[in-house]
Amino acid sequence: MKFKKLILASSIIASSLVAQVTMAADTIKVGVLHSLSGTMAISETTLKDTVLMMIEEQNKAGGLLGKKLEAVVVDPASNWPLFAEKSRELLAKDKVDVIFGCWTSVSRKSALPVLEELNGLLFYPVQYEGEESSKNVFYTGAAPNQQAIPAVEYLMDEIGATRWVLAGTDYVYPRTTNKILAAYLKSKGVKDEDIMISYTPFGHSDWQGIVSDIKKFGSEGKKTAVVSTINGDANIPFYKELGNQGISAEDIPVVAFSVGEEELSGFDAKPLVGHLAAWNYFQSVETDENEEFIANWKKYIGDDKRVTNDPMEATYIGFKMWAKAVEKVGTTDVDAVEQGLIGIAVPNLTGGIAVMNANHHLSKPVLIGEIQEDGQFEVVSETPGTVIGDAWSDFLPSSKNLISDWTAPVKCGNFDVTTAKCSGQSF
Amino acid sequence: MKRLFSVLLSCIISWQALANTQDMSTVESTHTDSTLSQLVNQLPTTKLNKMSPLLEKIAETRNDKTRGVLKAMMEGDLYYLKTDKTVVLALKEESLYSITNILTAEALAPVKKSKLRKVKTNNRLRGDIRSFIAKIDLTDPNKAVREQAVKQLLDNSSKSGLAAIQSLITTETDDEVRELMHVTLLLNQLKTGTHHEVMAAITQLEDTLEPSVNNTMVKMLAALPTNNKTPEQKALAASLTKVISSIEDKRSFFGIIENIFFGLSLGSVLLLAAIGLTITFGVMGVINMAHGEMMMLGAYTTYVIQLAFPNLIEYSLLMAVPAAFLVSGFVGIIIERGVIRYLKGRPLETLLATFGISLILQQLVRTIFSPLNRQVQAPEWMTGSWVINPVFSLTYNRLYIIIFSLMVFFTLLLILKKSSLGLHVRAVSQNRDMARALSIKSDRVDAITFGLGSGIAGVAGVVLSQLTNVGPNLGQAYIIDSFLVVVFGGVGNLWGTLVAAMSLGSINKFLEPVVGSVLANIIVLVGLVLFIQKRPKGLFPQKGRAAD
Repeated sequence: MKFKKLILASSIIASSLVAQVTMAADTIKVGVLHSLSGTMAISETTLKDTVLMMIEEQNKAGGLLGKKLEAVVVDPASNWPLFAEKSRELLAKDKVDVIFGCWTSVSRKSALPVLEELNGLLFYPVQYEGEESSKNVFYTGAAPNQQAIPAVEYLMDEIGATRWVLAGTDYVYPRTTNKILAAYLKSKGVKDEDIMISYTPFGHSDWQGIVSDIKKFGSEGKKTAVVSTINGDANIPFYKELGNQGISAEDIPVVAFSVGEEELSGFDAKPLVGHLAAWNYFQSVETDENEEFIANWKKYIGDDKRVTNDPMEATYIGFKMWAKAVEKVGTTDVDAVEQGLIGIAVPNLTGGIAVMNANHHLSKPVLIGEIQEDGQFEVVSETPGTVIGDAWSDFLPSSKNLISDWTAPVKCGNFDVTTAKCSGQSF
Repeated sequence: MKRLFSVLLSCIISWQALANTQDMSTVESTHTDSTLSQLVNQLPTTKLNKMSPLLEKIAETRNDKTRGVLKAMMEGDLYYLKTDKTVVLALKEESLYSITNILTAEALAPVKKSKLRKVKTNNRLRGDIRSFIAKIDLTDPNKAVREQAVKQLLDNSSKSGLAAIQSLITTETDDEVRELMHVTLLLNQLKTGTHHEVMAAITQLEDTLEPSVNNTMVKMLAALPTNNKTPEQKALAASLTKVISSIEDKRSFFGIIENIFFGLSLGSVLLLAAIGLTITFGVMGVINMAHGEMMMLGAYTTYVIQLAFPNLIEYSLLMAVPAAFLVSGFVGIIIERGVIRYLKGRPLETLLATFGISLILQQLVRTIFSPLNRQVQAPEWMTGSWVINPVFSLTYNRLYIIIFSLMVFFTLLLILKKSSLGLHVRAVSQNRDMARALSIKSDRVDAITFGLGSGIAGVAGVVLSQLTNVGPNLGQAYIIDSFLVVVFGGVGNLWGTLVAAMSLGSINKFLEPVVGSVLANIIVLVGLVLFIQKRPKGLFPQKGRAAD
């Protein structure tokens, strides 16, 4: 009797296991590679939740190709080498069909060799310094020509700035961006003595000397503007010091590339009012798609105070594009999807259309917003159409001859147009 | 004949103009209101790049409502209703916006944000508006407002603005404002006057430090031809060079003073952070890796106090200082009683144990307050700066912090040198066994000393909450600096800590403009390592038998 029961029980367990295995074969696996602990957790957790929300929505609408989507979430813990390990785990062990992930450039660079070796597919949703194009990565954030250059153009044309302070945190993104900006400004006839470049360590908090230098630099009779690639926490003491030393946004406007709704939420935004930020999306943009997205987000996360931001929109666009491409080619095979993605168009959240170009970068509108007291942005300038992301900056001598084109016959991430050669290297 | 004709013609024209203005003045009072409202109603539909001329027209109406409209627009409170494009002044009240018609001052029913749209402005327009308002403000009864207005016109003067200043300078009662008006007129004389006027203006402007004066002179000098100058130009160039170099001297003098101030202010922050450690590390010989977390607790105490008394932000820091002292001191005593006393004489174990405690405290704060930074507001009296002259001003928060840290320093010195507790602490630190033999309760002294050191770290945390982000990692950013200061100054020596903190701060701030802040940190660190090689016991080593 007992033996019979045992057999029964074990057969039930076995059958349920089998059922699970068959279930698993019937799902499409989506890898999520965002840090859930460590210093980057603050920003990246939001993106993990965004992907999960999109998967839930897609499943409610019937999944993809008749299958349900299944999320595989791993935690690379803000530890750059761990991004390589975790992406190997996702691709080799979990056999995911696509990965959404990474925030910092160094984490992307760490995962890149693994992605190319195992032929994975990564959607990277954050603004970055460019100078890269891989067959296995789709860049849905802004390239420098979709954020930094238009912001500088705005300050030049609308505000009339002729002197420039390029202030940044000392690491790869600000240094590359500032190199591009300095080259761009010089091409517009700005002299060396009208450009001041200053780098500070991560988490810098004693800004008095630098702000006083900026003040002196700006008091020499020419309209001065600050282009800030200062990262994370260090921004708040910087703006506070500007306020304390009596520099208002009208005297010396600061345009930032790393300050968004998420960074401002919960802060006393008073000292920041009137300063600028350049992004491709703001929560305050009034369109039907955006309102729906914000409402869904607040409902999904269960907190009415949560905000949306630019990398979330980039994640949203990336996910929608991937889903559309999979339906178009009828499979999740990476090579097929990669070719299928090029030319895919989905509506973005600001009332335009995002198109995936042959260089794996998006066409995006560029918005300049002024910081308001409630931590939201008021759009003061907008490019008339969308701007195509440029993987290789035209303003750097080392990359001005390079183009990226993943369609036949070029099929190369860094094709030199003068020598007509492909170096075969993606970065 | 021709001449006579032209005189006649000009007579007629001027007469006609006169008649016109007379006409205007009678009509004006009835018409300005409607002109203003007509102009204001154009605001919602005007594009940003066409806005400036429209605003200028609004400013010229000189109506009693003009300033209100401009001010509302500058401060971003000017909205219009999406439905009928009525321009309103909207102020946020909880979830709704209370709105009043900007022209009729009639209060309308509060509405949701989605019904309103902001009248577009940007930084350039706000700058324009500021100078429009400045012209109106020249006659304001408040001295500070007038001063601000003149300053605004000094930086970008217009003909009408200068005319207004010209007519008001004789009736101006305040000396400072009159002086500033005088400078503005001289500056204009410098730009547009004849040779004699220019030369006169240059000598009178010799002592002015306003940046625009200097800039104008530098531009004038650059505009002169390098060769073949006329005698007039030569004289002009000579006096310009003289005045510019004298202004330059003054500026660089104030630049040095400013750098000293920055150095002292960084030094006083280091002093506050390190002085608690001097006591625990120096006097008790305990390497307390959780010292930074005591500061963090102090900063969070400030946050909690602001949360508990949202209406008393102005006094929150005064309340937070004793509260943070008690909270951190209490936690310090618990750590000493619970962990450190069992590890006496084993520095390595103490180091590891306190490092563990620091991690526990960080995680505790993360769990209770969330890993995100918390917002600590600055009271009104801690913001802004004390403007001594146009090129030299001191920020209030830094000024108060320097004073406060010196107060803490001298209080602590007094406690250690004059009180019986201080006597016991010194006795125990010099010779524990002998002190015990003389009936000093060394355990109790240890606990109190550790509590005192931790409490002061808590007070430092209150100060840091005004300067940097309040988050779980706050302490880690300062613990290394604190150890550097203590080791540099000589272990256990309060005066050494003071000198070390101030000199490290000053060296850092003098290096920063030359080599950048990243390299400045590195140079200071390398210099310190070399210094310790040469003098392992720091600037002021303890001497005599107590030294070991």
